[in-house]
Amino acid sequence: MNDLKTLLSDIGDLGDAAESAAGRFAQQAGELVDIAFMTIDSPIGDLVLAATATGLVRIGFDNETGVLEELAERISPRILEYPARLEQSRRELDEYFMGRRESFDMPLDKRLIAGFRREILSATAKIPYGGVSTYQEVARKAGRPKGARAAGQALGGNPIPVVIPCHRGLRTGGGMGGYAGGTDRKEYLLRLEGALR
Amino acid sequence: MKLPPFQELLDAHREDVYRFLAASVGSNDVEDCFQETFMAALSAYPKVAEATNLRGWLFTIAHHKAIDLHRRRKRPEIPSGDFPDLSTGIEPELFDRDLWIRVQALPAKQRSAIVLRFVDDLAYRTIGEVIGCSESAARQNVRAGLARLREEIKE
Repeated sequence: MNDLKTLLSDIGDLGDAAESAAGRFAQQAGELVDIAFMTIDSPIGDLVLAATATGLVRIGFDNETGVLEELAERISPRILEYPARLEQSRRELDEYFMGRRESFDMPLDKRLIAGFRREILSATAKIPYGGVSTYQEVARKAGRPKGARAAGQALGGNPIPVVIPCHRGLRTGGGMGGYAGGTDRKEYLLRLEGALR
Repeated sequence: MKLPPFQELLDAHREDVYRFLAASVGSNDVEDCFQETFMAALSAYPKVAEATNLRGWLFTIAHHKAIDLHRRRKRPEIPSGDFPDLSTGIEPELFDRDLWIRVQALPAKQRSAIVLRFVDDLAYRTIGEVIGCSESAARQNVRAGLARLREEIKE
């Protein structure tokens, strides 16, 4: 009587049906999604964009691992691929990479940026498109004239790179300094903006 | 306790949950039950007590959604003689045919146990956790369900 067991096991491939049902689920889940994410391609590689109901909260480079896992731990594990919430961010970043946009208007969620880092990053946000500044100068503007080293570290921990332009902060003395996405990407962005030739 | 992003659960288990529900409730209701299952899971997710067996946890929710569905609708009449072909023409609606109508008409625990065992290939211990009984009771539910199906098919 193993025929019956065989019949019960033989139900064919429902992978496609399950995939489209999962896609419809993401559309319906809307309000329950604490963090919506999508992946976009860009001249500096794939970028993971993540947004809460408040706004864009994280941009991850493809060399960074565990971006979503970290968000699950720090904000909420209710994370779904839900591009509708990221439409404005995607469009503005596309325009930026095509050289047609110099500043961003999408709402940001800065909950991952606390204390000194927040001061440093808001000082950085004031460096204009096409310009650069040094860690020391950024620290001075944030009211910590001796905080150049800490400023460099704060920029390195920028959760929303590109949009918050930490790439415009350079090592005091002129070196490139580090970048979460690697110095190649930092150079690319500075060339795109015309700050490097 | 670290919970993975919900999208990971959806990607990893959507097909198995879909198979379970298609076999348990049939083609017409699988979509609704699937959506209800994952909506309930997403809603409860941050408060889930154990991150160790999220797959079993999802199946438990699906098991309850299938029970709710069967309560909501009248049990399907089991036709005698030839079975109507309910195929929509898009793809063979396997789960609306003979054998699966009988599976769907089984008592809830037998139905879920059979589907989890043969459609989703779960171990008896996990089946017990999903339907809320011991490993040996899970075996017993599968045995009883199979016996009943064999009896009905023979007739």
